Amino acid sequence: MPLVPIWDLPDVPKGELPPHLELQRTRVLCNSDAPIHTENVQYSGAYASMGVDNSVRLDQFRNNFKVEVIRLSEDEIEFDMIGIDAAIANAFRRILIAELPTMAIEKVLIANNTSVIQDEVLAHRLGLIPIKVDPRLFDYMSEIDEPNEKNTIVFKLHVRCKIGGRRLTVKSDELKWLPNGSEFPLSAEKSTSTSTSASNSNPKTYTSFRCSQDSLPEFSNDPIAPKHPDIIVAKLGSGQEIELEAHAVKGMGKTHAKWSPVATAWYRMLPEVELLQELEGEMAEKLVKKCPVNVFDIEDLGNGKKRATVARPRACTLCRECIREEGWDKYVALHRVKDHFIFTIESTGALSPEVLFTEAVKILEDKCERVITELS
Amino acid sequence: MEHGSFQDQTASTFSLADEDHTLANSLRFALNQDPRVTVCGYSIPHPADARVNIRVQTTGDPASEVFKDACQDLMLMCQHVRSTFDQVVADFKKTRELEGAEDRKTAQDLETMSIKD
Repeated sequence: MPLVPIWDLPDVPKGELPPHLELQRTRVLCNSDAPIHTENVQYSGAYASMGVDNSVRLDQFRNNFKVEVIRLSEDEIEFDMIGIDAAIANAFRRILIAELPTMAIEKVLIANNTSVIQDEVLAHRLGLIPIKVDPRLFDYMSEIDEPNEKNTIVFKLHVRCKIGGRRLTVKSDELKWLPNGSEFPLSAEKSTSTSTSASNSNPKTYTSFRCSQDSLPEFSNDPIAPKHPDIIVAKLGSGQEIELEAHAVKGMGKTHAKWSPVATAWYRMLPEVELLQELEGEMAEKLVKKCPVNVFDIEDLGNGKKRATVARPRACTLCRECIREEGWDKYVALHRVKDHFIFTIESTGALSPEVLFTEAVKILEDKCERVITELS
Repeated sequence: MEHGSFQDQTASTFSLADEDHTLANSLRFALNQDPRVTVCGYSIPHPADARVNIRVQTTGDPASEVFKDACQDLMLMCQHVRSTFDQVVADFKKTRELEGAEDRKTAQDLETMSIKD
């Protein structure tokens, strides 16, 4: 028998992988005991011995990459991202959660708090309130910066429950925006030491705004306020009072989750359900009953025959209930498509979810650019 | 910051400050896609330091060139993702608007019909 290179054998077609390897490369196989082939084969020469190039060239990526929007509302988006590696999809997710800036309350100046809720707990609760304002209009405030109209938003909260009155619930709509900055004067000795020149009629306050924020065109028609007016901040009993000022600054989710612009951002790989054998009659009905999320349907073939079909594979949660019973993995195979991501972003309200995603992609671009400039 | 040798430029470790898995894992992917790369990987030496080390060994080209190309590739991929996404979202909004207008129209038509009846 003459020597034949393995890639010339008829069952190994040249230039493409044999079907079982192609399945391992593109799918996670969810078996009844555990998922297998979960890793991504990234190395360009992984299949070199079979004459298959595993590298992804840029134009190839451009041709294959697809996005489909499934649903889009004011603060939620679900879309499919097809033809991208998990490394990059995960980078977008991580950036969305931890590296996109928003504005959140960071400093709370409490003038009076006689409520049962302690100062530090109250300050923490205020910090977690999402504020509806575009963070791109603001600068970060470093430790040496004075709070000014470009890096700080000031809110006032002054509520009092009158003596003998009914118990009062303080909600987030009590936070009133102060476009002119802080109204609390700095103590006398401090103000004379920091600025002797500013001895005009305006007493020095905790912020130094050069102009009113509501005179800026971006805020004049769209006053800054908490996104939701009905978040409970505290409860006041008869005679109790809270008077405070809250200063919001720009920050990132890395530092504290209150700055994260998303409630959650997550993805899952597309589930794929395959019937390996035709299931008819009683078996088909058994299969339909097994699935808790109704992936399967029964098709009527006429003359009293019934057949199982995969009607809603997207609904599959990969619970593997359908293949749990002994022998059922002969009938059903569950896969996940490795390069198809169902991405969901829930915004907290500062920016719309589609804007958040584009901003996240921009941040990854900036990171690459930074590395390139640093090296050259 | 690059750690390599002058004699052999085909292997280097790049130490990136203020970066984490987000960039390092994406770059590892981009580097692995390049046929000039023989080995690449990354590590975070200590979880408390914001720093990653990315190791690149190539078949012959200078590692820094290959690394820069990978950054470039990743950036171009991101740009493509962004333009595609923006396009698709704009299309989605447009069709939804059209459908909404049509729905309103049919609702109006139905109303006028019922008034006529």
